[in-house]
Amino acid sequence: MKKIFQMRSLAMLLLALLAAVCCYPVLFLATGALMDSQELAESLGPVLKGSDGFISWRLIPMFPTLQNYVELLLDSPQFFVMFWNSVKLTGAVTAGQLLIGTPAAWGLARFDFPLRRILYILYIILMMMPFQVRMLSDYLVLEKLHLLDSHMGIILPAVFSTFPVFIMYRFFSGIPEAVIESAKLDGAGAVQIFLYIGVPLGAGGIVSSFVLNFFEYWNLIEQPLTFLKNRALWPLSLFLPDIGLEKAGIAFVSSVVTLIPAALIFLLGQDYLEQGIAAAAVKE
Amino acid sequence: MRGRKQWEGFFFILPSLTGVLVFIFLPFLDVVRRSFTEVVSGKFVGLKNFETIFANSAFLQASFNTIRFTAVCIPLLVFLSLGTAVLLQGKKRTGSFLKSMFLMPMAIPVASVVLLWKLLFHPKGFLNGFLSMVGLAAVDWMNSEYAFGVLVFSYIWKNLGYDIILWLAGLAAISPDIYEAARVDGAGEWRCFFSITLPNLLPSLYTIAVLSFLNSFKVFREAYLVAGDYPHSSIYMMQHLFNNWFRELSVDKMAAGAVVNAGVILILVLLLQRAWEKV
Repeated sequence: MKKIFQMRSLAMLLLALLAAVCCYPVLFLATGALMDSQELAESLGPVLKGSDGFISWRLIPMFPTLQNYVELLLDSPQFFVMFWNSVKLTGAVTAGQLLIGTPAAWGLARFDFPLRRILYILYIILMMMPFQVRMLSDYLVLEKLHLLDSHMGIILPAVFSTFPVFIMYRFFSGIPEAVIESAKLDGAGAVQIFLYIGVPLGAGGIVSSFVLNFFEYWNLIEQPLTFLKNRALWPLSLFLPDIGLEKAGIAFVSSVVTLIPAALIFLLGQDYLEQGIAAAAVKE
Repeated sequence: MRGRKQWEGFFFILPSLTGVLVFIFLPFLDVVRRSFTEVVSGKFVGLKNFETIFANSAFLQASFNTIRFTAVCIPLLVFLSLGTAVLLQGKKRTGSFLKSMFLMPMAIPVASVVLLWKLLFHPKGFLNGFLSMVGLAAVDWMNSEYAFGVLVFSYIWKNLGYDIILWLAGLAAISPDIYEAARVDGAGEWRCFFSITLPNLLPSLYTIAVLSFLNSFKVFREAYLVAGDYPHSSIYMMQHLFNNWFRELSVDKMAAGAVVNAGVILILVLLLQRAWEKV
């Protein structure tokens, strides 16, 4: 018994180490962003100037400063254009998904109409397809609708993604039938039941879907890379890697600023994130 | 409620269904049609486009890399996350704290970590600095076979938390009564794990493996942001190839490639669907 206990402690220690590795990037970016240009130049010398040896790193900056943040704020108007692009794309996509997807999930979960089963399977199949499968068909549609090289061309196909429908479907299915029956007896119509019973009771699923999709669209790479030729329309995720290491301070600060909205959503919505992930694992 | 036809339900799904048909499904059927025709003339050419891509060395390389990546990553991720989930299960405070830490990479934008990845795997970067400290030779991580390892690492890093949550959901579904009964009969910790936990988790295994496989397509993002359009051949993924075909406007190859990819995934999803229904 004692041996098992020791082994467990050892295993937990290893896990804690592994967890620390998982989180280290956040710390790394945060410290880099606080270093002054001289310290960054010294630390990254071998990479920047090709001097001998390897780059070195202090866990805590020697002279922490907000110089980089000020520089980003004052000298990088481009960054804010891209930041706004990202906010706009992510916001429009997630809002559209909720508007279109919530009723669809309700319809699939709570009604029995012809083709329901086939539509459900179709939605699951479509949600699993990676971008390489959809790339050509997306392009053909966007070309026909003259939506290439516009934000709308990124937003519209994403709004009709079937993934949010699937997540919310799982939550709506869990609402007990009795609640809906009693509302019906009180004379509530289909739309009223959806708005006043379905939406509040399935709110967890709606938030879960938002959180999962926020991470997805805040990270958008493939679609803008393919469909947006005009760089002024690019989201942050494409712009950041373009900042060269010679502007290390700016690169660090913009990485941190990009991270902040995602970190906030993570901290506030972690429970919903977990429920959303688990929704795929449990049986119907 | 079930039993009589309920057409109202159809109106709820109608806006979504219209969009899905217009933006996703019908265009894809058009792509299927194109995969059997010639680009310029639009003439039916049978399986010629498929023959072309299966003779294309870049397509074979990307397929091979995808299969190899899957064969290495999925077992590694699935077992690592299972072990972690079993250890975390039942631990209230530390468990939920560590779980949050494991989930964090999911929230970290790819674009933000690219900076760290670049400095970590640069020929004069942190990793080589560490290797030289312990007396090993430096390695050119991104321009050699090691690039594959870098990508595996980055995939595990990003997806470990996700899989842990899936396993924890599977573990939570096992009734504590079974363990109770086994303990009364004198079963030890290991015996419980092999005779109760593992068999009960089997249905989850398939779901988790398929979801992990589908998430593996997203490593293209890391590969692209760190190594660009033409990375080392060991991490040349399907999406790189499609991007090249897109630049050349090889509509016939893209169409055939999309159909092959969709076919493979379709089979996997239908099997997944059956697994869900059996549970």
